[in-house]
Amino acid sequence: MKLEDEALRDLLEERLPRSQVRAIQSSYKDPGRFDQYVALLQERVEWDEPIVLPFGEHLFIVSKGGGDYVVKCDCGHEFADYRHNWKLEALINVRDDDESLREIYPEKMSGDPDWNQLREYFCPGCKTLLEVEAVPPGYPVVHDFLPDLDGFYSEWLGRELPR
Amino acid sequence: MAIVDGTRELEPLAEQASAIGWEGRTAREMLLESERQFAETGRYWGIDALELKKNDPIRFEKLFSRLRGGLVSARETALNISASPIVKEIGELSFALYTPEGDSVALSTGIIVHVHTMSDAIKYMIRQDYEDNPGIAPGDIFTNNDAMIGDVHNADVQTIVPIFWEDELVGWAAGVTHEIDIGAKTPGSVPVGPIARYEDGIDLPAKKIGSNDELWRDHVLAGLKGTRTPMYWTLDERTRIAGCHMVRESVERVILEEGIDSYKRFIREVIEDGRRSFQSRVREMLIPGRYRAPAFTENAFAKEEQLPSYARVDTMMHAPVEIRVTRDAKLEMDYEGASSWGYHSSNCTPSAMQGAVWVQLTQTLIPNDKVNDGAYLGLNTNFPPGTWTNHSNPQASTGIAWAFLIPSFMGFIKSVSRALQARGFVEEVLAPYGLTSNAFQGGGIDQYGKQSATTNFGLSCVGGGGKMILDGLDYAAAMWNPEGDMGDMEMWELIEPFLYIGQRVKPNTAGPGRHRGGSGYEALRLAWKTPFYEMQNIGNGRMFIQTGLWGGYPAATGYRHNVRNTNFFDLVERREPFPTHDPDPADSALERMVEGERQFDLETTTLPEVMRQGDLYLCTFRGAAGVGDALERPYDSVMADIEGEYLLPRYAESVYGVVPGNPEASETRRSEMREERGRNAVPAREWMQGERQRLLDREMIEPVQRMYAESIRLSEGWAREFREFWDLPEDFDFDVATPTVELTHTLLADQAGATK
Repeated sequence: MKLEDEALRDLLEERLPRSQVRAIQSSYKDPGRFDQYVALLQERVEWDEPIVLPFGEHLFIVSKGGGDYVVKCDCGHEFADYRHNWKLEALINVRDDDESLREIYPEKMSGDPDWNQLREYFCPGCKTLLEVEAVPPGYPVVHDFLPDLDGFYSEWLGRELPR
Repeated sequence: MAIVDGTRELEPLAEQASAIGWEGRTAREMLLESERQFAETGRYWGIDALELKKNDPIRFEKLFSRLRGGLVSARETALNISASPIVKEIGELSFALYTPEGDSVALSTGIIVHVHTMSDAIKYMIRQDYEDNPGIAPGDIFTNNDAMIGDVHNADVQTIVPIFWEDELVGWAAGVTHEIDIGAKTPGSVPVGPIARYEDGIDLPAKKIGSNDELWRDHVLAGLKGTRTPMYWTLDERTRIAGCHMVRESVERVILEEGIDSYKRFIREVIEDGRRSFQSRVREMLIPGRYRAPAFTENAFAKEEQLPSYARVDTMMHAPVEIRVTRDAKLEMDYEGASSWGYHSSNCTPSAMQGAVWVQLTQTLIPNDKVNDGAYLGLNTNFPPGTWTNHSNPQASTGIAWAFLIPSFMGFIKSVSRALQARGFVEEVLAPYGLTSNAFQGGGIDQYGKQSATTNFGLSCVGGGGKMILDGLDYAAAMWNPEGDMGDMEMWELIEPFLYIGQRVKPNTAGPGRHRGGSGYEALRLAWKTPFYEMQNIGNGRMFIQTGLWGGYPAATGYRHNVRNTNFFDLVERREPFPTHDPDPADSALERMVEGERQFDLETTTLPEVMRQGDLYLCTFRGAAGVGDALERPYDSVMADIEGEYLLPRYAESVYGVVPGNPEASETRRSEMREERGRNAVPAREWMQGERQRLLDREMIEPVQRMYAESIRLSEGWAREFREFWDLPEDFDFDVATPTVELTHTLLADQAGATK
């Protein structure tokens, strides 16, 4: 089902009644949604680099020109080339003791810090919490998503990756 | 010997049974030909044009609808035969129709995880030449519950019936129910305690159990002796047989009206159509690339004195889930680097893993399309031998395979959601679901003075994952059954010697976030009129088993709070208050108000321990993960959570930065918290230096070290990447024993030798 631009905006901003959301969920997906969504997100950010891929809440892969693509926060902070793990360039807070875990969870509901820790990754620009990992100590930083940008544009969308 | 051989030669060839497959072939020849054609062409049976669909699309759709209708109708009707609340109330059953080679054509609603496991069981029988011995004939009945053949665990019992038209095998009808007890070492259906398959309960490795539409008496009698709940067992089996026969009848009616040639053409085309449709959905909704989402869980059995010394050990299970979407729209799921199988009942087989992929696909990418084995053909998987995903050990237990299978598939939901958000399908984005636990499970003497056992399926209603545009469903979801239903308390009280003192939402179980995960709930149960009932606990206490998306936190972990020899009846007698639930374990109502011998700790997976009249058992069901930064959750939503008792008031500020009753002060507090984040957090690369040193110093508990050692010793690729990430020496390892890994190497070497 193709949504009008306004309906997509309302969906994203959570202004639609549940019945309409349900109807959208049950409908077949419109292949034009990607372009519509990117255009909507582009309107909402205050910088000009073209978004080539939405990359989770607050994050985008944008074109910097000359074939460079970086992960950028909506606050304007730029992390790194999209092929690198942006988390390595983030700020991190690790909750690995009872005291810090109990700021989030009650006693006996916060796990055992000897077995696992919570890693919070923040944007150095706006300090938004962008990802949380729950892993044992010593686990490598997880590279959540490495998109095949070239393949997506050239073979799935049938057009060149914007430069 | 020579005389006997000579006599055989005198037997007339005419008495040999003719092949049951199409055009004079055996079923095995058909299966091998189907696989050859798929390997060569990439298409099911090499089908190029979907002629039936193209020439008569309405008839094509009608055929599918009629077969699917037959399956759904069989399920809805047959479940009334069962007396088990798990089957009758919760709906833990499903039926499916297969081609002669064992590929699923269509399925009913219900526990559709088994659509592929039953396919594995049918193919096993075909590959093992069941056509020759014990024979496959009209009216035969087969059964299976062996996960090494095609199942998740023993509790899921399958009935399989061949469908013939004239003398040809034209398909199979199969049905599965989840049993309430499976006759394992410990009572219930998901037993904690087995460390080898010989303790997993009644064992039915793809057996023929009936002919001429009647069960053989020896099988019926064995079933009555095989479980602690023979009445449920018997009626569940009749449920499955009745359903299979209804499916067979609906197929026969379709063939009679549409013609056998159309039917044969249809069942192949519809699977190829399913394969193409699946790939279209992948291309339509995902992004090509690589996704990673590891998961972990605990097996803390060092405390269990009932186990032999080699099984009395704390271990951690590791699922390094990697999902790849290729440019040609194939979905690949890779568990390279998973930790070892173990002497516990949480091991898996590839069939179980494939089944879980199936149930996830039908709730994400293909909820609307014609769902059948076509989707399976669009998948590549890697479940490495010797890991918990593919134990490859003929003796390993899989009694509670779901225990880590559920957490490990969180990565699937999470990865698909990353792609859905990137494509703009925000209405579909979903954070990982809740673990379907605690399992209130046990057995003993019930309130009627009889021997019984139970697995309470209140666990079918844990929290659903937070969404990008909504909070998660509260106490309403189970990843393995799209129709979550907790059943009625009154019904559970009829079969369990435990009264419900209270049942209500459990605060703070949901993972916080801009949209929080769905909440779990809790039930306080009072042992009632039982001289003894052995009770287990199953769930996570030490480890978070999922994480949220984009700043969303994992759901809370659980705890155990059971009290024996209580003063509960004294409180009632004195008309003093007693607890109905335990909303805040930091100020536990159960601890404040009830005296007794208390287990109040993180031991959340335990072997059975006796409870008696007056003892209290707290059953806490888990929540799910959240989405987005908790500081962006609207003030009103946080206040509604407090009012609805989803959130303990003191967490409004520490998690959400909300000062209850004061929106302006909340905004100020949130700004301060963002500044505090900037002051307290450090650059990730700086933190990594310290974490690297911690690894070099091996400053971590033994279960963590053993988990890493198992992954390193089972996978060179994972070991290389681990060492490279932390810049560790090329031979870096941990000084811990991994006996199951060593045994795996021996077993695999033996298997390789046997193959040569």
